[in-house]
Formats: sequence, structure tokens, C-alpha cells
Amino acid sequence: MNTNTIASQSINKKYFSVAQKKAMWAWLFLAIPIIFFIVVRFYPTIDSFYISLTKWNIVQDKEFIGLENYIRLFSDPVFWVVLSNTFEYLILGMPISLVLSFTIAYNLDKFKFGHTFIRACYFIPYLTTAVAMAWVWRWFYQSAPIGLFNNILIELGLEQMMFLRSTEQALPSVLAPAIWAGLGFQILIFMAGLRSVPASYLEAAKIDGAGRWQVLKEITLPHLWPTIVFLVVISTIGFLRIFDQVYNMTLDGQGGPINSSRPLVLHIYQSAFADFEMGFAAAQTVVLFAILSIITFIQFKLMRRK
Amino acid sequence: MSNLPTNMKAVPDMKKLLTWTVLCIGGLAMIMPLIFMFITSLKVGEEVYTLSFWPDEPTLENYIYLFENSNFLIWFFNSFVVAIVTTISVLFFDSLVGYTLCKFEFKGKKLVFVAILSTLLIPTEMLVIPWYLMVKDFGWLDTYWGIMFPGMISGFGVFLMKQFFETVPDDYIHAARIDGLNEFQIWWKVAMPMVGPALSALAIFTFLGNWTAFLWPMIVSNDPELYTVPVGLASFSGEFNTDWELIMAGASVATIPTLIVFILLQKYIVRGVVMSGLKG
Amino acid sequence: MKKMLLILLLGLIPMTGGAVEIEYWQYKYDARVKAVDLLIKKFEKQNPEINVKHVKFPYAQYRTKVAAAMAAQHGPDVLQLYYGWVSDYHSAGLLQPLTDKYITAKEVDEQFYPIVQSMKYDGVYYALPTAVRTVGLFWNKKLFKKAGLTHPPKTLDELVEMSKKLTKRDKHGNLTQAGFAVDVAKQYHHWWREVLIRQMGGEPYTNNYQQVNYNNEAGAKALEFLTDFIKTHKVTEPGFMDEGQAAFKSGRAAMYIDGLFRIPTFKKARRLDWSVAELPSHNGIKSNVSSYWVNAVTQKAKGEKRDAAEKFIAFLSSEEAMQVWIDIVGELPARTAAAQKKENVEHELYGPFIQGLGYAHSTQFKSEASQRQVLLNAFDRVILQGMPVKEALTQLADEEQKILNK
Repeated sequence: MNTNTIASQSINKKYFSVAQKKAMWAWLFLAIPIIFFIVVRFYPTIDSFYISLTKWNIVQDKEFIGLENYIRLFSDPVFWVVLSNTFEYLILGMPISLVLSFTIAYNLDKFKFGHTFIRACYFIPYLTTAVAMAWVWRWFYQSAPIGLFNNILIELGLEQMMFLRSTEQALPSVLAPAIWAGLGFQILIFMAGLRSVPASYLEAAKIDGAGRWQVLKEITLPHLWPTIVFLVVISTIGFLRIFDQVYNMTLDGQGGPINSSRPLVLHIYQSAFADFEMGFAAAQTVVLFAILSIITFIQFKLMRRK
Repeated sequence: MSNLPTNMKAVPDMKKLLTWTVLCIGGLAMIMPLIFMFITSLKVGEEVYTLSFWPDEPTLENYIYLFENSNFLIWFFNSFVVAIVTTISVLFFDSLVGYTLCKFEFKGKKLVFVAILSTLLIPTEMLVIPWYLMVKDFGWLDTYWGIMFPGMISGFGVFLMKQFFETVPDDYIHAARIDGLNEFQIWWKVAMPMVGPALSALAIFTFLGNWTAFLWPMIVSNDPELYTVPVGLASFSGEFNTDWELIMAGASVATIPTLIVFILLQKYIVRGVVMSGLKG
Repeated sequence: MKKMLLILLLGLIPMTGGAVEIEYWQYKYDARVKAVDLLIKKFEKQNPEINVKHVKFPYAQYRTKVAAAMAAQHGPDVLQLYYGWVSDYHSAGLLQPLTDKYITAKEVDEQFYPIVQSMKYDGVYYALPTAVRTVGLFWNKKLFKKAGLTHPPKTLDELVEMSKKLTKRDKHGNLTQAGFAVDVAKQYHHWWREVLIRQMGGEPYTNNYQQVNYNNEAGAKALEFLTDFIKTHKVTEPGFMDEGQAAFKSGRAAMYIDGLFRIPTFKKARRLDWSVAELPSHNGIKSNVSSYWVNAVTQKAKGEKRDAAEKFIAFLSSEEAMQVWIDIVGELPARTAAAQKKENVEHELYGPFIQGLGYAHSTQFKSEASQRQVLLNAFDRVILQGMPVKEALTQLADEEQKILNK
């Protein structure tokens, strides 16, 4: 509070323009958070950039090796498989989860009866630990007569599926619980967004006689735009950083079979904490950082409000 | 479209009922795995793998074991302290920063935003070791503060709040400025009440995120008195064995506080009343 | 340099009070915690001037935790390490050698199983185990009886024949009982490396585990033998019941290979009627695989503490401690005499594992997780993608050699 009064005193002096005063307020508000981010985030990030140029197993001293980790990374065929898996998670996961969560939130928003209960149902998966849930899903994916899904398929007169034990189906099988677990998060944000649309606008539109779709297109969606931008960016980052489900659902936490469901963050994790090759892991982190930066940048450009 | 005859009214109601039913069934499907988790927690060890829906001899012995053989209450208390303090800090700082980045114009604003956003791009796993060495230099090992400090302000929350402050019309802020409020008061008294839904959503996510945080609390505390719930639960997985029935019981119990927090906070995710009154 | 100074300074800080306190770390698992607590109590009774603080961490993150703590010099005085990590810690200068004061190198050479000698660097031991472990064949007595079989298989050929007889499917052809559960992520990768390859006439590695040596007839036969349980004999399926131990525990697998650390799991299953046998032999060759945890003194322990730490390690490697360990944790004594005690050798469950100890090998892994994973991939290539065994083996040898060369 002390700094606050000092700042407001100096701000009140006449020789600052309004814009300058506002800028000073802004920096005042940002001061603590910026220091925090520099210490807690930027410093270790820059540190990992340096680590990526070394050979380091935590217990021994770092040894500078230049770009060797990067050369090794790019010449590793598994890395390219992992990269393409990572994008597959994004390309499948992001649109499916956003469309689903918007549809649910939009429709649920209209009901009062049972609203709290239904909303809680969609949200609870987000509350539970990934380890416990992954185990349940693994059982659901078992072959008949044990697995739930395969029993259903047989009841419907369809062929059984291999799910987690197939190189083609493993990735979507791991993705499904990831979408399932994150749905509640997205629904809640959409809900908060929908409820920030001023009711007066909606009423005004109704009085003007606009239909459902028209209201959705002309009032709701434009108001929801910042929310949508937020969710697109956040869920992109989320799917590109998918880890928990793959680690807990695939055999030995390896993203198999034969790396077919292995994403980049798992690759980083295994390098760092199974092989203790921190330099190699850091190099992958730098690559992930670059990819995420580019994608996020493009998304912001594309979604800039016209 | 807009001039529907009144006798068609029954049809949308049918449609509404259908939508409701679908939502309801979807919701129940969502909690299926959780029901499974709970039922498993009532089974004895060897029955875990027989996939009968209901256990032959349902038992509470896993829960009893859990409370007798572990410091569940201490873990709960620690998780609570960590989650509550972090949540309060995040709500305050993140909304302040989000507001600043949304409603102020100044040089370097874009850079600050991009920099904060970029903190989301590095996986926590890579930060754990540098943090540990840092915490050791600061002398924060084995303290609550050591567990909490990396989460006190989150880039995620800043971004969320910035996006939601965009829905607050600038007119209100100008009006408040003319009324003689200072910038801090404008943020606190005028802008904050308008983003209630986003704040409660952020509170839920932050509480949850810290409640379930595992890797960092595990690395930073040597002292079992400082274990949080997930760190404590992890000790039921050994080198070769995992006692799933105990993990399921633990996970069921650990879900309860988060569920309570969710139920308490979700009711604030309602349509803001301020706006509808003023504009019309 | 700074590190060294700090270590020196730490060592110079005088002890306050009469008693020396040393900190001991291990991973958290009920039986191990119980055993160590009991041993500490005994040790403190014998040495009232020493206090041992017992700290434990979840297994899955234990290695990370230890590495981070050691790097930050925030670790314990005595540390439990997996045998495969010791060389890294030793070459980083984080461990102190054990002097001859409480246990001599000669004593260890003569009285411990020879696998322990890999803890010796330049004639000095840096770490000692309390217990060692081997693998065995678990078999379900009830299912054997139902199939009209009286004894567990003694040879690999018998294993194949019996597993066929013990397999059951329902009317849709779905597997309901596996004759022999194969779980490559668990002990089966060890079985392939150290047992099957040797039994097919090969030697898995040369040059002190630096060079793969299985890309040949023996390796191919071994891999074929392992994959044939699924491909040809169809006595199990990949991922059946999620884990092999789950299948066995719930009575849906008649045979299963695993380590002796699985005994408590199966003991808990009250309805399961089971026993253990030695691994089947082949061409008259018997082999087994062993792994173990060791205790070491870290650089942190200086002066009185170092002395106390060494004393504690010697106690943990005494015959007395080993008997406590086998009784509570169920792992085998690392001293030959303690293991060969009549009550242990004749024990229905421990006996076969002790037999295995006599001819066991310990793989010197560069990275156990990575080396296991490439084998898992080779296995999947044969099973899921139908790749010929020889081709998969060549690729495996290539991938594993790359890991070894790192």
C-alpha cells in the first residue's frame, strides 16, 4: 500500500500527461508480477536453452557440446514420428473437444432444471487424478470378454478392436480420455463466456424478432470471441503438451506400441527422468517451445478481430 | 423464421426435452469411469481384476487401511494450505495483470503479454530441476513457501482474465474515472465485479491445479510433514506393485474436497446483473 | 570448486549434543519401510550414540528426487541406490568408499554372491546390498490340476506343451484363460536377455555389456521362442488382462514369470492356490537374472557422521539384517551363508529363487528403461506388424547398440 500512495502522489503532479499517468499505473500494477516471472519462469527457461548445449545427467557436471544434441535429435527417426504424433493429437483433439464443449455449454446454458447436477457430471472427470482414471480406461479397452467397449461392439454385432494394442488405434484411444478429462474445463470457460454476454443484448435481439441462429451468429459468437481465442490457444498448448494420459495408459509409459502414440513431452520426460539426459531433453524442450510459439503466433494473427 | 405461429410452440418443447435428455445421458456417460473407480475402491485385492460390476463382498477395508497407515489428514491439510494460498494470490495478481494488459495503453504492452504467454509453452518437467536449485539457494526447501512459490502467479490466469476483461465495456471505466476513482479503485470496484464468472472459473482451476500438483511438491519437500495428497498417494505404487484398490480409495477421497470447491464456486458462474440493468 | 568448499565447510561444522544423527533415504514401500524401521531400532540399541533418521519417497520419482537432491547437496548421509545407478554416482564423485573398519573388501569378496562385485571400483567397495532378487516361474496349482498336470514344467519344451493344455477360450474364441502370460514390459525382457539367449547357445553381450552380441542364430531362436507363445501357440494375447500379474492373480493365467518381489502380491489373493518353480532349463542350460539395491555413503557424511554411516551400512549388510529382510520384505540374503540356510533353501516359495541365485546374471544397463523399450518395440514389430524375427532382431541390435554407445 505504501508504494501505492507514493506512486499516486507523483502521478498527481501536474507535469505528467494523462497517457503517462496511465502508463505509470500500468507499470506499477505489473511490477511484482514481472519480477516474479523473470525469476520463476524466464531465468529457468533461458537456463534450459543453455543446458540444451551441454551433456548433463544432473549428478555430474555439465559438459559443453555445442549443437550436438540438436544434430542427434534431428537425425533420430523416432523424433520425427513423435513430432507427427504430437500434431495428430492437436489436429484431432482441439477441434473435436471445442465443438463438443461448445455444443454442450450452449445447450446446457438454456436449462435450469437439473442444470447444476448435469454440469457437475461433465466437470467431475476434470477433478480426478489422471493415474486412477487411466487405469479404468485401460480396462475399458481390454478385449472381450473383459473390456467394456469390446463387449459393446460384440453386442452390436461388430468386430472387436485392438485399441491400445494396435499401432493405428492407440493414439485415438489415448486421446479419447484426454478429451474426456478436459471437456469439463472447456465447458466451464464457455459457460463463463456465454454468461458474460450482456443479457440486455440478447433480449434486445429477441424483441427485434431474431431467430435462434441469428442470435447465435450475430450476438453470442461475436461476444464470445475473446473466450474462443482463449480456448483455441490454451487447448492447442494443452494438446501439444499431452502427457498424463499417454504416460499412464500405454505399456510401461512408453507411448507404444512402437512409439505410435508417443508425444513430444513424453519423449522429453523419458530423456530427462528415465535416461537422465538433461541436455538432450532441454534441446527437445527448445524445439517444443519454438513450435508452440509459431503456432500461437499464427493463431493470434488469424483470430485478430476484424 | 421470426414469425412462427403460436400453435407451433409444442414442437420446440419436444426438441428441448430431447436436448435435455441427450445432455443428461451424456453427463451420466461422463461419470461412468468414476463410478467404476469408486466401486473398485470397495473391492478386496484379488477381486479388483474380476470385472464384476458390484463386488461380491463390498468392504471399506481399503479406506480403513488408508486412514490407519497413512497421514491422510496431514496431507489434506497441506494440500489445502497450498491450494488456498495460491488461489488467492493468483486471483489477485492474475486479474490485476490481465486487466492492465487489456485496458491500459503503454509502450511494451505487447511484449509483456507475449512474454507472459510464453511461460505456458515450457513444460513444468523441465523447470523442476532449476527451481530446485534456486529454492535451495533461497533456503526455502521443506517449507510451504517452497512448494507454493512457482504457482503464485500464472500465465494461464493472466491470459484468461485479459480475455474476459475485453467483454467489460470501456464506457464504465471512463465513467468511473470521471467520478474520481483512482486506477486501482476502478479495477477493484468497477471492473472486477463484472468478471465474476471468469474469476470463479479461475479459482476452480487454480485450486484444482494445486490440489493435484505432484512433481514439484514431491521434489521440493523431504519432510513427510509437508506431503500433499498426490505425493502421499504415490507411495502406494512400488517398484513392481501398485495397490490399485488403495489408489482408487485414495483418489475417491481426494476428489471430495475438489468437488466441494467446485460446487461452492460454480454458482457464481452466473450472468452478470450489473450490465443488464444499465443498458437496455 | 564451490561445491568442494561447501562440502568441506559442512564437514567442519561441529556436532551439537552427544548423539550423531545420520539421515537414510530409500523409496517408500510398506514392507521395506517396516523392515528398515525395525533394523534402525536394533542398530540404535547396539549403538546408542547414533540416531538414524529414516526418510522415504515414492518409488516412481525416487531416482529424480535423489539426483536433484545430490546435485543440490541436500541429500542424505546414507543412500539406497539401484545397482544400475551406482557407476554414475561413483564417477560423479558423490559417493565415499567403504573403509575396512567395519567390513573388509575381502569379506565381501568371499562371503557375498559374486554379482555384488560390480560395486567394487579399484579394489574398494562403494556400496553394499542387503538383499538380492531373482525370477521364477509362478504356476497356478488349481488350474494345473484341472488340466490333469501334476508338476510345473522343467524344460522349455515342457513349458510350451503345458501352456497349450492350459489355455481356454469361450465359444466366440475369446481368450478366457492364458496358459502362459507374457508381459514383456515386466521381467520377460530380462528372461529373454539373460536366460533364453544363453539357453539357445548365445551370450547376450560382450565387452562387459558394452557390445550387443545377440544378432545371430541364438538371438533369433530366443526371440522366436518368446513371440511364438502369441503368434504360433496362441496361449496368450498381447496386453491380456492389462498386466501379466493381474491375469495370474485373478486366476486367468496358469503360468507367469516374475521376480520374487511378486510373492506378497499373490499371497494377498486369498482364493489363489499357487506355487513357484525354478525357471525351465533348455539343452541342460540353467540361467537366471538378478537385480538388487545397495546402500552407499554420500559425500555429505563427514567425520563422526561418516563413521556412523559406515557402521550402519555394515549393519544393514549383516546376516542378522538379511534374515529380517527376507522375513519382512521377502528378498534374498546377499550373503551366501545366510541364503543357504536350511530354512531358506527348503522354503516352498523362496527355495526356487535361491536356486536361481546360484546361476544368475546381472545385466549392466546403460539405461534400463530405454533398453527395455527397444526390446518391447522389436517384440511388437513381430507380433503386431508381422515383421520377420531376423529383421526385427537386426533393428533391435542396432537400436540397443546406439543406446550403449551414448
